[in-house]
Amino acid sequence: MKWSWERFLEALLERAPLALLIHLRMVLVALAIAIIISVPIGILLTRPRLKWLGVIILNILNLMQTFPGLAIVALSMPILGMGFKPAVFALTIQGLLPIARNTIAGLYGVDPDVMEAARGMGMSRRKVLYEVEMPLAMPVILAGIRTSAVYVVSVGTLAAYIGGGGLGDLIVAGLNMFWPDFIFVGAGLGALLAIFFDRVLGLVEKKFTPLGYSTE
Amino acid sequence: MIRLINVTKIYAGQKEPAVKELNLTVEKGECCVLVGPSGCGKSTTLRMINRMIEPTSGTILIDGKDIRETDPDRLRMGIGYVIQQIGLLPHRTVAENIAIVPRLYGWPKEKIKKRVDELLELVGLDPEATRHKYPAQLSGGQMQRVGVARAMAVDPPIMLMDEPFGAVDPIARNHLQDEFLRLQSLMRKTICFVTHDINEAIKMGDRIAIFNRGQLVQHGTPHDILSNPVNDFVRDFIGYDRVVKKLSLCRVEAIARKDFGVIREEELAAAPEIMKRQQAEVLFLVDRGGAPGGILARKLLEKQSAALTTGELKELAQRARKAFIQEDALLRDALSLLLELSVDHLGVLRGETLCGMVSLADIRQYAAGKEVD
Repeated sequence: MKWSWERFLEALLERAPLALLIHLRMVLVALAIAIIISVPIGILLTRPRLKWLGVIILNILNLMQTFPGLAIVALSMPILGMGFKPAVFALTIQGLLPIARNTIAGLYGVDPDVMEAARGMGMSRRKVLYEVEMPLAMPVILAGIRTSAVYVVSVGTLAAYIGGGGLGDLIVAGLNMFWPDFIFVGAGLGALLAIFFDRVLGLVEKKFTPLGYSTE
Repeated sequence: MIRLINVTKIYAGQKEPAVKELNLTVEKGECCVLVGPSGCGKSTTLRMINRMIEPTSGTILIDGKDIRETDPDRLRMGIGYVIQQIGLLPHRTVAENIAIVPRLYGWPKEKIKKRVDELLELVGLDPEATRHKYPAQLSGGQMQRVGVARAMAVDPPIMLMDEPFGAVDPIARNHLQDEFLRLQSLMRKTICFVTHDINEAIKMGDRIAIFNRGQLVQHGTPHDILSNPVNDFVRDFIGYDRVVKKLSLCRVEAIARKDFGVIREEELAAAPEIMKRQQAEVLFLVDRGGAPGGILARKLLEKQSAALTTGELKELAQRARKAFIQEDALLRDALSLLLELSVDHLGVLRGETLCGMVSLADIRQYAAGKEVD
């Protein structure tokens, strides 16, 4: 196994830009679907009538989370075949839990006295959800999305095994050919992408933290 | 007017009713205080009036109309609601918090803005300084003022208050109570007020409803309840100082006597004789302007073996120079002063001038419930 600067530059300049773009697209699509599914689930499970269901669904999601990322990626191939779709499917499954869990935690964390007062003034359940619960739970929900994003970026490198492409392609190629430079570029950019998501979503979180919380 | 007819509430999974066959009427413009030990059903009763809790059976009427005929959200929009924990929305400014119900009614922005400032002034907060603050930037007392302002935003005829001053420190509480009484004397809203503090109930209530174990034990004016507790529970709940509490319901002016004798310094030598002639227990020493300087009591004079000189008489009178009280003070304060100074009579003042007198015997008579002649 020998390091070659020539191959390193080839990987970085010729292969990486497209791989990064594919990776990014995969992650963003999966994350978006995960949010669209998880947040409403979290909201539904915190409504008084569906609280009993919450524990069950949360357990199922917990179970799904314990499946190794590679296993889910591999399992989605026989069902959905090779390529972008099965990769996004696998990543979406991986991304669901942290968002759903934080949505539920965030909504449960809203001060019951505030809800009591809001209801007592005649705000409808829907208004209380939109104007009180969601804004107050938003920082926690966003933290869940952040966790999920970092997770999906790293599991995304496994998508290469089922033809999803992305940074995993570089790593897999490097492993097969004993090219440490390829592995380094793929893994390094994956790590940087995860850090980038973490930082950007951290800023979004700060922006959405209600003012009343930050002014002491 | 709020009327509860045969209202019973049994919570799911419980055998004992939280409220049992309750009949209670709160007249228009009256402040009715629901009081009792914790778990007695007073808060449940309050929360049934705005349908935060639905009764198991029975009927609640507001101005003759069954509250079940109104959509709960609509009903609540028309009833001011204040809770102990206040429940200000932490992500909204003071102004936005007060504007919640006006916004539900769809008031125009300008009208809301004007109303918010008006309310802040009303509850004693500076609109300029407070409007844009967040709840976390306010003190407990200020928060509850905002809570009260918020409940009054659309000027609802009915207010429900669940231990509204329970979470603030005693000094702020006293202050808030006094201000609330001032506001209530202006607005005459129909109020249901829940507390576990009998002293607060006596102070705030036009009528008091005492609860125990889900049942109404006694309903009446503070004076009624303090004078004639119906059973041992009420007697215990009010406390051993029942009679002293009753003294805080009455101001000195209500029982002050107008027939009192005065004496000037230069007439002091003749004091014993004047007293005998007028059958007076005491004479008030006044100066040329009529300002009181002391009290001369016959009881003290009679104890002296020899006749006193003018100087000695003056000195004796001046020993009681602190035995004066303003006419708007409570009888309880008057009693306290009588005990503190070990005297039997107090001069009653209106500002600086003497306008009457009150004696220990008068207070005793009032406490016993008899009319003062």
